[in-house]
Amino acid sequence: MTTNANSANQNALARYKNNFLKEVEANVEDGHMVKMCMQCGVCAGSCPLGPAWQHSPQKIFMMIRAGKREEVLGSDSMWMCTSCYNCIVRCPRQLPITHIMHGLANYAHRLDLAPKGQPTREIAKLFWDNLVKTGRVNELKFSLAMYFKDGFGQGVKNAMAMQATGLGLLKAKRLNPMELVGGHKCKDIGGFRKMVAKAREIEDRRRGLA
Amino acid sequence: MAKKQYAFYPGCSSQKGATASNFLTSLDVVVQKLDLQLNEIPDWNCCGASIGYAEGGELPRLVINARNLAIAEKELPGQDMVSGCPACWLATRETHERLAEHANLLAETNVALKEAGLNLNNTVRARHMTEVLIEDIGWDAMKAPVVKPLDHLKIAGYVGCQTNRPFGIAGESFENPKYLDKMIETVGAEAVKYDQKVTCCGGALAFSEPDKSQKQIRDIVEAAYDGGADLIVTPCQLCQANVEVYQSEINKKHGTKLNMPVVYYTQLMSIAYGGTAQQAGLDGQVIKADKLAAIAKK
Amino acid sequence: MADNKFAAYICSGCGIGDVLNVGALEKIAQKEGKMAMVKSHPFLCNAEGVQMIRDDVANEGVTHLCIAACSRRAKAEAFSFPTAAVARANLREGVIWVVAEGSDHDEIRQEMAEDYVRMGCAEVKKMIVPGGNVKESSSKRILVVGGGISGMTAALAAADAGYEVVIVEKSAALGGFARNLLKRVPFSGPYAEPQATGVEEMAARIGTHPRIKAHLNSTVAKTAGAPGRFQISVAQESGAVTEETVGAVVQATGFTTYDIARLPELGGGQANVVDQAGLEAMAKQANGGAIKRADGKEVKSVVFVQCAGQRDTTGTHLAYCSGHCCATSIKQAMYFKDQNPDIDTVVMYQDLRVPGMGEDFYRSAQQKGVIFTKGKAGKVSGGDNCKVEFRDLILDEDTAADADLVVLATGQVPNAGVDLDVWTEINTKAEGGDEAAKQQRRDLEATSVLKLAYRQGPDMPQFKYGFADSHFICFPYETRRTGIYATGPVRRPMDMLQAQEDATGAALKAIQAVENAQQGRAAHPRAWDLSFPKARLEGCTQCKRCTVECPFGAIDEDEKRFPLFNEERCRRCGTCMGACPVRVISFENYSCDTVGSQIKAVNVPDEFEEKPRILILACENDAYPALDMAGIQRITYSAFVRAIPVRCLGSVNTIWITDALNSGYDGVMMMGCKKGDDYQCHFVKGSEMAHYRMSKIGDTLKQLGLEPERVQTQEVAITDNARVARLINEYVEQINEIGPSPMKGFG
Ligand code: SF4
Ligand code: SF4
Ligand code: SF4
Repeated sequence: MTTNANSANQNALARYKNNFLKEVEANVEDGHMVKMCMQCGVCAGSCPLGPAWQHSPQKIFMMIRAGKREEVLGSDSMWMCTSCYNCIVRCPRQLPITHIMHGLANYAHRLDLAPKGQPTREIAKLFWDNLVKTGRVNELKFSLAMYFKDGFGQGVKNAMAMQATGLGLLKAKRLNPMELVGGHKCKDIGGFRKMVAKAREIEDRRRGLA
Repeated sequence: MAKKQYAFYPGCSSQKGATASNFLTSLDVVVQKLDLQLNEIPDWNCCGASIGYAEGGELPRLVINARNLAIAEKELPGQDMVSGCPACWLATRETHERLAEHANLLAETNVALKEAGLNLNNTVRARHMTEVLIEDIGWDAMKAPVVKPLDHLKIAGYVGCQTNRPFGIAGESFENPKYLDKMIETVGAEAVKYDQKVTCCGGALAFSEPDKSQKQIRDIVEAAYDGGADLIVTPCQLCQANVEVYQSEINKKHGTKLNMPVVYYTQLMSIAYGGTAQQAGLDGQVIKADKLAAIAKK
Repeated sequence: MADNKFAAYICSGCGIGDVLNVGALEKIAQKEGKMAMVKSHPFLCNAEGVQMIRDDVANEGVTHLCIAACSRRAKAEAFSFPTAAVARANLREGVIWVVAEGSDHDEIRQEMAEDYVRMGCAEVKKMIVPGGNVKESSSKRILVVGGGISGMTAALAAADAGYEVVIVEKSAALGGFARNLLKRVPFSGPYAEPQATGVEEMAARIGTHPRIKAHLNSTVAKTAGAPGRFQISVAQESGAVTEETVGAVVQATGFTTYDIARLPELGGGQANVVDQAGLEAMAKQANGGAIKRADGKEVKSVVFVQCAGQRDTTGTHLAYCSGHCCATSIKQAMYFKDQNPDIDTVVMYQDLRVPGMGEDFYRSAQQKGVIFTKGKAGKVSGGDNCKVEFRDLILDEDTAADADLVVLATGQVPNAGVDLDVWTEINTKAEGGDEAAKQQRRDLEATSVLKLAYRQGPDMPQFKYGFADSHFICFPYETRRTGIYATGPVRRPMDMLQAQEDATGAALKAIQAVENAQQGRAAHPRAWDLSFPKARLEGCTQCKRCTVECPFGAIDEDEKRFPLFNEERCRRCGTCMGACPVRVISFENYSCDTVGSQIKAVNVPDEFEEKPRILILACENDAYPALDMAGIQRITYSAFVRAIPVRCLGSVNTIWITDALNSGYDGVMMMGCKKGDDYQCHFVKGSEMAHYRMSKIGDTLKQLGLEPERVQTQEVAITDNARVARLINEYVEQINEIGPSPMKGFG
């Protein structure tokens, strides 16, 4: 756990004492809607990766209400969300479940309580870093970074495993090796980065993460 | 008749040399035939996609989308923003709506935008290309330029998630949207019935959770086969990429023989409108859409 | 009889004339039916056809009409001739629409039609136009027993409609259970906040209402009589007794909360474990301030345990859901949250049931931060730090919650008085001279609510779980004591809003009852009927069957132990008529003869003709309409059956069965409503009585040397139109297999 994240976590613990629901309401995107869940289970049955979840959204909401902070923030469930929005459109209580899942994942990640090495967590971070660097996402660099995220040896294996796919895209001119040395980028990348930094600063201050 | 003008937001995956570059190629023919003018938003940036949340948080994601809206508002005044990519559309529309609802978020957003010398009044409507075709062009006008109806082609309209949920096309149901089937019929092909029309392809988790996503993809492709489809058509860049490029991977792992072409609706339209295979971006297919290419040659 | 003139009218419209030989039917009516006048008409129910009949009644002195046309259920208005007796031969729904088409069936179709004409003529000859019995002096006042929400609502509704009301309340003030509530669950939009109970205002209105007389600190000491002439003794606490005469009674005696002392496993009886009523008292005491426990400590955390002693499957506690308690706990949780949002309030439920607009109320509580936990409490310990051990039903784990206070959501136990089954047993012993039983009976009767001076016991019959019997769906206000209407939680668990609605309905029923009683008319479901049972007591053997079997307790006994019919209590089901072994009970328009003569009028072919005859006795409420519906939908069934509608299977006298079998019918099929706990019988117990009687018919069949299959009883619902046809066809097949009745030719 980074020192920053650690102190943020300690702050949150002190501030919300035993009331994890309040913590979620204050710090998680759309967290104020968690209390409105009526435990019908429709979301659990609607999620494409449902069977892969440690805890369905329904359970996550119940756990939040039951104050199970470590279990919720340490769960790899939210990281299984594919952003298909199935749950959102079906929830009879109109909970923005997808957003809450994203928000919980973000909060857990920022407090560094999310599972270490969770592949989606890793990729998501790489994606954002890639984005902030250029303003646009460089798919090849992003893919390569992904293959090598588990170290060089695993990277070669991953790359070999996906060779057919990559070659197919290359042949179809949908992966450009030239991107490695340049490629798409926002012109005002300076302003873009400053803007993102500012947004993060505002939000972090609001959430006691600064 | 004056051309209809739109502030165009191509999105990262549609750039040259990116996974959805063939979408952009095929869009050209459609735009010409239907008398649309797409004015690219100057110096647009990435929408953050679905996966941006983990590191990005809420406000930074709103802000990056607000930047595109602010530029469009300033540089292309009075024009609706249109995007070809559902993820871009969803992120932008969500931003537009959330900022409209929460004045405090809009204020915070503008503080951040100021760093890039921008300001947002939040007047620009964010729309998806299919919405523009259906609502602004209309079914009859969409049919008019058809010179090579895609007779005898059986197509599985794969709507997937993000053009469908959470916003969707006005008047459509989430569980069984009909607009894509109608587009297929408009270009003279047959829309097959199959049961995975709105199933998620795994989205960004195709990278991080390959087995779980590939199970989704396999279900979708196999259902399309069961429905008797010759090919799959989709409005979504991520769906197109996932469902097409992982078929070989699935075959390797499971001994299946999946080989189902997956194209964009714009590719169908450009062929039906008389475009060549190249103009329709068919050379960009990893799994060749031979039957479609054959019609172009006729 | 000199003044009677019989006429038959045969309609040839609706296709009747196309497939039936109407001329032949006319001849039958004349020769065999002995009708003085027979006419046919191509469109009998049109203005001209009806006018023709009216003219004959007016000018030709026709008093008895047999109308051979459509079902008696069709064109009832057109063919209503109040001064004449009318029988209907069902040629349309009963013959041409159900007999298979084509000339192959011409013969049996015609035979069927001819039989129905014979039957109609035979029936009408035995009918008398009911004279009615208007009682000018009949009372239209209404007694309301119980001054809670249900009682006050019924009293105000009836009084506002112009009727005089007497209300009897056992406590010193009106308001009942609701008087002790701080607030009530919302009953009007936006259904988000608890609302004032309104009890004070209602009580005040009653106090000043010119047509309401309230007896407080009073109970009913005796209820005698019948609708229109109930004699009520109202006993004051002081011992004084006032006599009141009323026309109808509304019993709104409410409920008692389930005793939490019976829930020791849920902390019942321990400190700081209360029921919902207990919490109301605490909240009233706090009067908007912090709610404090008995020891004076402010409650900072509270757990509501739902379904405490309810929906119990072990047989120990209440088996049912009381319906209001989820919303009540939500309301009570709000008492805390509204006072101090930081108080931890947990509602622990298994299924949250908030009917009506309760969903909005539930959401409002969630907005306020009330936590809803789906869990089943296993053990509650009270004391200074209460603890609720429970199974979390979502997270599937055993866990516990601490609280300063635990509230148990217990259920409603109806105040329905004496259980008649218990009473009857004791009474039988007491009547046998058992002194101990006599004391027991006195003790039991002291707990009675209505103290009915009825032969059948002091209170209303109870249904499952001790609620006053009424049909939930079809006729929710009807009880089994005519003119007495149970309302509110005494007849089923309910909340205040439902009770108010219910009480308004009960007030209307009471009004209907006093009006009908005055005009000498029956109550539901034969509310137009002016006939009533008449008994030739000279033939009576004092067997008491009628007294016992009447589902409505209409029959008492006179000093000489003869049955004493209270016609205003009678619902005209005819169960007494079916019960009487010596057949001395009859109605003017329905009797052993009106049906028996129809049975005998049928032309039964001999065994060589291979045309079986099967008698169907079909309940007029459900089975007969189902047969008609089969016809309307052109679902065909065998032309060998002859159907006679009966008021209720309960009215079927075994003589009809033996008569039918004696005259050579090959089988008898009875179709009645469902019996049992989920009965559909419009007379509640009629079909059950019939089943019981028929279970004994085996002996009779044996004596006659007949197979038991020759008599069959079926439960039929009004929607069973396809099924009735199937049942008939299957039965005819079965009879064909058994072969013709050996009784043929002896009748
Ligand atoms: S669908 Fe909505 S209400 Fe139902 S369990 Fe999921 S979040 Fe809760
Ligand atoms: S049995 Fe039926 S018909 Fe006879 S007295 Fe009772 S209610 Fe009346
Ligand atoms: S059933 Fe008939 S015989 Fe028996 S008591 Fe009643 S009237 Fe008399």
